[in-house]
Amino acid sequence: MNNKYVIAALGALVLGAVYWMVVGEKSSQVAEKASDKVKVGFVYLTTPGDHGWTYAHELGRQQVEKHFGDKVETSYVENVPEGPDAARVIRELAKKGNNIIFTTSFGYMDPTIKVAKEFPDVKFEHISGYKRAENVATGNIRYYEGRYVQGIVAGMMTKSNKVGYLASFPIPEVIQGINAFGLGLRSVNPDAELSIIWVNSWYDPVKEADAAKVHIAEGADILAQHTDSPAMLQAAEKAGIYGFGQASDMKAFAPKAQLFSSVNNWGPHYVNKIQKLLDGSWSTGDGPDHWAGNDWVGMADDYLVLTSFDNMPADVAEAAKKAAADIKSGKNKIFTGPIKDNSGTLRVPAGKTLNDGELFTTLDYYVEGVKGKIPG
Amino acid sequence: MISMTPRKDISLYRTFLTPLVAILLTLVIGAAIFDFLGFNPLESLYHFFVAPISRYDGIGDLFVKACPLIITATGLVFCYRANVWNIGAEGQLVLGAIFAGGVALAFPDWPAITLMPAMILASVIGGICWAMIPALLKVRFNTNEILVSLMLTYVAALFIDWLVRGPWRDPMSFGFPLTKMYTDAALIHRIEVPFIGMLGQLHWGVVGALMLSLVGAFLLSRTILGYKVRVMGDAPRAGRFAGFNPNLITIGVMAIAGGAAGLAGMIEVSASMGQLQPNVSFGYGFTAIIVAFLARLNPVGVIFAGLIVALAELGGDNAQIVLGMPKVVTGVFKGILLFMLLAGETYNRYQIEWRRVGPQSALREQ
Repeated sequence: MNNKYVIAALGALVLGAVYWMVVGEKSSQVAEKASDKVKVGFVYLTTPGDHGWTYAHELGRQQVEKHFGDKVETSYVENVPEGPDAARVIRELAKKGNNIIFTTSFGYMDPTIKVAKEFPDVKFEHISGYKRAENVATGNIRYYEGRYVQGIVAGMMTKSNKVGYLASFPIPEVIQGINAFGLGLRSVNPDAELSIIWVNSWYDPVKEADAAKVHIAEGADILAQHTDSPAMLQAAEKAGIYGFGQASDMKAFAPKAQLFSSVNNWGPHYVNKIQKLLDGSWSTGDGPDHWAGNDWVGMADDYLVLTSFDNMPADVAEAAKKAAADIKSGKNKIFTGPIKDNSGTLRVPAGKTLNDGELFTTLDYYVEGVKGKIPG
Repeated sequence: MISMTPRKDISLYRTFLTPLVAILLTLVIGAAIFDFLGFNPLESLYHFFVAPISRYDGIGDLFVKACPLIITATGLVFCYRANVWNIGAEGQLVLGAIFAGGVALAFPDWPAITLMPAMILASVIGGICWAMIPALLKVRFNTNEILVSLMLTYVAALFIDWLVRGPWRDPMSFGFPLTKMYTDAALIHRIEVPFIGMLGQLHWGVVGALMLSLVGAFLLSRTILGYKVRVMGDAPRAGRFAGFNPNLITIGVMAIAGGAAGLAGMIEVSASMGQLQPNVSFGYGFTAIIVAFLARLNPVGVIFAGLIVALAELGGDNAQIVLGMPKVVTGVFKGILLFMLLAGETYNRYQIEWRRVGPQSALREQ
């Protein structure tokens, strides 16, 4: 019995030593050479094959490569769970000499902040969070603008006056989206009601499809989603009803069901931030109103893009176009009073518009037209 | 047709050669896959298995990644040696994390000197409790422990999910399913190695894991308990004649495996996360099964096996960063490795022959 262990230990030791010598040699040769290229790293929650959220970021990364050509070198890591692995992967990207690292999911917030402290010379940008540091900026898109337009189209299209919505997690970004949708819905149809199912995941095609089926069984004839896969639209297509795509154009998955998609157009955002890094003007931005950083951008800058309006009558498409134009021009700020919550209490008085900070801190209610209450 | 006859005695030489050959074959097949995917096979193997540990901090990270695997697999070795098929270490790990988390959240004012032992104890109890369900059901009703322990994994996952979304959610988490951060006393700290400094994320839990494996080896080879476990596994009838109580042994090994898995859960959370979240384990309980078998059910071997499997994980991430290789390749690697091991094991135990079958010999077989 003793011999066994001794042999095993010795064997491992010898192997390790050989390995080490080979490794030591080789790694010094491959040691990261300093270059004048900007190295950009991306951390993805799922895979670009999700055809939603991560795919949109991947398109942004490709645009960065196209725009800067030889001046940048990008890499990404996919399927990184929101936990200790995230910190390790971000750290690894920093060690590999990346100059700026984009972490593209809310759950990477604390790991990003943690790793950023260890690498003061590396810039980090966390997408969709609210914590910043010396070298950590935040960036996000005003998704809710597209959802307001969705609400208008849904309100005009629904016959059952029942609209179903798949939500991921009850965080401010998602509540903003639900309420913007509700405001749009009620602005054209005082009888329509929005019901929410919490999928408790960003990406879970099976659960998303199941939740969509529940909505359909309850009589919903329009579906919207704040989750990432095309599963809901596929269910809508099958049931012969309509829905909205999320983050990427999902028309290919549901040509007869997709009314339009709100597409997250990350390319210009990433190009902009990397250009600033090259110029030396990159900053984290701050200020009380800037919960999502100085780079909370939306339809006005084409960071959020609506695809073509399909499968709807001309008057609905017309109304949608007008609403989109008003949001783009800044005429319609969406969260402008009077806004009542779904118990009838006046929450935002007439004439007042919620600022960015208030969009994050004060929306602890559903607006009129949304059923139920926020979980938790 | 293929005939398999059990070998009479298996040489020591074969015992140690098998995993090495299995690893070698995995590398060869892996290289072929890389080639097929359009990557340079040698460069890919380098980035997969060498580059991650070519720096000191990489070694630290390797041990950190291997830590929960080593602890959990050490416990599982006892089960599998006794022919008790506990597949539910993943759930036992989660319960350990929950119990320890409960203590950490309930007593934020306690100093580390009392809080840490309390959390360790709680995690072990949590893991044992979860393992006792399949163990007692098996002993009392002769249920199948594979099925029960596996199913309880999903119950555990849903339980922690409910806790962090509901009663234990940090009110300041903006609706995200996370508990409060643990206080400093509830965290396992990184090791400051003399002359080198911090070795990546290397933390004290790793030291515990290595010690646990050695204690496991001692228990298994040098104590009556270990002897009973081995006898019940190799020759249950002989064990019964010798007066060993199979039920007690089943309960004992399940408790060891459950307690170890629970401890792994506590360490993973306290050393790496600092708070509970819906996912505290990313399949460690299942990967540990591979580790236990790769180690040929030997607690010391578990250390090396854990490191090899952890290396494949780190390498998968590294290959993504450097080569843009898809993450699923890591899973394929693990699968091939396990397959090769089991094939090698079979070859070890049985004389495998290819025989022509005539009608007569077929009759004789029956």
